[in-house]
Amino acid sequence: MKYTEEHEWLRVEGDVVVVGITEHAAEQLGDVVFVELPEIEAVVAKGDEVCVIESVKAASDILAPVDGEIVGINEALVDTPGLVNEDPQGDAWFFKMKLDDLSVLDEFMTEDEYKDFLG
Amino acid sequence: MAELAQTCLYSLHNELGAKLVPFAGYAMPVQYPMGVMKEHLHTRAAAGLFDVSHMGQVILRPRRDMAALEAGLEALMPVAVQGLAVGRQRYGLFTNDKGGILDDLMFAARGDHILMVVNAARKAHDIAHLQAHLSDVALVQPVTDRALLALQGPRAEAVLAGLVPDVRAMRFMDVITVDTLYGPLWIARAGYTGEDGFEISVPEARAEDFARALLAAPDVAPIGLGARDSLRLEAGLCLYGHDIDEMISPVMAGLSWAIPKSRRTGGAREGGFPGAAHILAELNDGPAARRVGLRPEGRAPMREGTVIWDSDTGGRDLGGVTSGGFGPTVGAPIAMGYVPDFAATPGTRLWGELRGKRLPVTVCELPFHPTTYKR
Repeated sequence: MKYTEEHEWLRVEGDVVVVGITEHAAEQLGDVVFVELPEIEAVVAKGDEVCVIESVKAASDILAPVDGEIVGINEALVDTPGLVNEDPQGDAWFFKMKLDDLSVLDEFMTEDEYKDFLG
Repeated sequence: MAELAQTCLYSLHNELGAKLVPFAGYAMPVQYPMGVMKEHLHTRAAAGLFDVSHMGQVILRPRRDMAALEAGLEALMPVAVQGLAVGRQRYGLFTNDKGGILDDLMFAARGDHILMVVNAARKAHDIAHLQAHLSDVALVQPVTDRALLALQGPRAEAVLAGLVPDVRAMRFMDVITVDTLYGPLWIARAGYTGEDGFEISVPEARAEDFARALLAAPDVAPIGLGARDSLRLEAGLCLYGHDIDEMISPVMAGLSWAIPKSRRTGGAREGGFPGAAHILAELNDGPAARRVGLRPEGRAPMREGTVIWDSDTGGRDLGGVTSGGFGPTVGAPIAMGYVPDFAATPGTRLWGELRGKRLPVTVCELPFHPTTYKR
């Protein structure tokens, strides 16, 4: 598992990367009440806003961590946004991306590095 | 948060695990570990305890007599101050010369004085306003040695009655003073959640003990500003600086109920408040725009600033959302905003623009959740 400074986690499954938000991010957001997912087959660039998450407190975005193509989305989050709070690093993944080159993930933090990053 | 003021319950908030945020110059709990959603639902199901000590408590003492003080206050507000029975409070509004709202507040007749509770962010303004206009008839005395707590929800009466049995006899908008273990409490049966409940002014020195005594009841949970906001939104109540401000008149805001016949055209004390010409004309002719409830059809919350259109493409920009979010009890996004009179009829379908997309909303009656005041 890799982590970004935007509090996303990235898990490699074969040639795709599964993306979600960390427990820390979910806790900061508070109760999630709305999730908007990207379109499957959308080609996105690193930094694009690909998901919208709204909690009772505020709206925020998930940015594409890398360039790639969206190949899967977790529709369960649309009907049950609260999953993001219940199981942020498990069932509440947001989308899957196909990358040309998985080595771009090397730049992201390991779990230990992310823990240090959180302080 | 070194430069922020703290209420006398600051250390208790920290002990309870509150997340503190700056609000109106104070470090205030936005939520406790329970979280906004559960805090909201708990208040509707049992009882929630809110620290609202940041709000302004102001005593107005007559220099000559109460009649002169009441007349002076009526010259600042389009409501009835004269005739308010001792032991009762009313909702009031300071208006400006254009009929806009300078603040909204509660004022209570307490025998030899009037007690006002004003918004935290408007406290300094309101005190200056009162001093500028009422110094001939009143001593304006900000209360600086008392905390203010709100206990709200269906179990509020039972819990508070365990400490102060007298509250059982109170009805909505009654005010009493009771000597207790916690010093003299000034209690009003009112609140900002749409629930039955109480606002209790307690001497600062005893406030923490009093809060702990309330929190000891299994029905009571501490509630932060996050849930306070979603509760008042579901109840259709205005937040100053958002739903009402100096550009919005009481008539536009749907607060005409606060203006009695006696202050309207043909009334015994017609007009005589700032902006009277404008407000009385609006009462007679109807306002150009009105505050309405808005129900987004989808799940996406429409927050403050969301632009409302009369069409899903092109069309006219009608107005905007002034408060919006998710209503935990409603179980859906809810919002309030201003639209022109012609678009304000409940059932009207409009469109809110979110992230470049127009999404349908339906104009609806307020409140979103029925109030349960003990009238």
